[in-house]
Amino acid sequence: MKKLINSPGSVVTDALAGLAAAHPSLAVDIENKVIARAGGPRSGKVGLVSGGGSGHEPLHGGFVGHGMLDAACAGEIFTSPVPDQMLAATKAVDGGAGVLHVVKNYTGDVLNFQLAAELAGDEGLEVVPVVVNDDVAVQDSLYTAGRRGTGATVFVEKIAGALAEQGPGSGAGLAAVAAVAREVNERSRSFGIALSPCTIPAAGKPTFELGDAEVELGIGIHGEPGRTRAALASAAELAATALDAIRSDMPVDGDLLVMVNGMGATPLIELYLLYNEVRKYLEGHGGHIARNLVGNYVTSLEMAGFSVTVCRLTGTLARLWDAPVDTPALRWGR
Amino acid sequence: MDAEVFRTWIVAAAEVIEASRDHLTQLDAAIGDADHGINLSRGFTAVLAALRSATPGTPGAILTLTGKTLISKVGGASGPLYGMAFRRAGHALGDSADADLPALAAALEAALAAVQQLGAAREGDKTMVDALAPATRAFSKAVAEGAARDDALAALAQAAAAGADATVPMQAVKGRASYLGPRSVGHQDPGAASTALILGALAAAGRDGAPRAPR
Repeated sequence: MKKLINSPGSVVTDALAGLAAAHPSLAVDIENKVIARAGGPRSGKVGLVSGGGSGHEPLHGGFVGHGMLDAACAGEIFTSPVPDQMLAATKAVDGGAGVLHVVKNYTGDVLNFQLAAELAGDEGLEVVPVVVNDDVAVQDSLYTAGRRGTGATVFVEKIAGALAEQGPGSGAGLAAVAAVAREVNERSRSFGIALSPCTIPAAGKPTFELGDAEVELGIGIHGEPGRTRAALASAAELAATALDAIRSDMPVDGDLLVMVNGMGATPLIELYLLYNEVRKYLEGHGGHIARNLVGNYVTSLEMAGFSVTVCRLTGTLARLWDAPVDTPALRWGR
Repeated sequence: MDAEVFRTWIVAAAEVIEASRDHLTQLDAAIGDADHGINLSRGFTAVLAALRSATPGTPGAILTLTGKTLISKVGGASGPLYGMAFRRAGHALGDSADADLPALAAALEAALAAVQQLGAAREGDKTMVDALAPATRAFSKAVAEGAARDDALAALAQAAAAGADATVPMQAVKGRASYLGPRSVGHQDPGAASTALILGALAAAGRDGAPRAPR
């Protein structure tokens, strides 16, 4: 294992210390591993809390700031945070208008956020969870834990965060913020492909083996193997594989918000090359990319590969996407 | 069985989890995300520290503190599932100074109910339930039939181990392994494996005349 770390046991807290040093706009509680906006909650504004295992940076801590999250909880690498952290974050951001929990659909994340919501309810706080489950690689049926939450989490956090930022008197109450978060999730689909596995520092070994001429189709964001293995193909063919899977589940015509996301070790030159293949495919199927993101937003440590996320926009969703945002990883309009 | 038996169980469980840390993580790497051993080891290390500093004096208090600590320290799915299992078992034992066999059987039933309620998993889904459910059933049956303590505990450990082994050919329906579909077949479920280890530690600690863990 070759990594830029001090010791496998302190990776998460050492990185949080760096995040705090680099971004004075954040209040980072390193001991509880909670990243919040400096300055505390705004009275009457719905709070947005997310969180999950570490190793997906910039998700979630990099999306804390104006127009997006109020706080994020960082778990150990690829491990959900614990309820104590989520409760601390929820209390820290509550401005009296309730708190939305943005939860990626993994058994651990769902269970820990559920326990945290119960604890918050005991203390008189209003919490509504929204579960993100956009990954079409997983069959959504009785026979799985349901689809995973992946790239659409960025869209949900940005768009719900923009609505919540409008604050008291704008109609952006907890129910409305939760509704727009669910709407974004329902209109979004993702699919990921890996060229190489990743190594969890505490495990010291890659999570799976992949030959030089092989790719793993339908991967998640935890270094877990995908559903099938296939031969390496051209960027156009791999883009088509991902988008075929998305299109078999949701129409891709009309105005779209599209993210071509790197898994951690994919050079930007390849992501832009892929983005053009994605654009050609979608235009060939009646789609128009009205907004886009190209870069590393939901990663899986140093895994090489990409994911594509497609969201069918409405006028309102596009306006909320365009609203000002000021976080370490997304910043425009302010 | 008094508080010392239960403290010995938890100490022995922590030891066997630590010794099996890499094995459990490897099982998880095959069908999950390669952190089960790491997470449980971190959790039980915290449990040992909590038991040393709080010195709970009854079987119920020991299990409740164990569960509370696992919920606070483990994360993932195993934190809430094991945490709630120990907590509910602790609550079932109440504050009596001694737990007899029917009381322990009721505590195990409460733990199983907690896991099934929270995780919504059934037997055959390739989860920890596949070790916990048959073990609980075997123990309750042995106790109802008037088995001696050592025999009932041996039945518990055997059924747990057999249940964990039986997860190998199963296709996962719950938890992260379910994302793999048919590719989950042929691997032992890490949660069932750790459950068998923890219940094996209970069987050893509860044996008549078993040595107590040093303080």
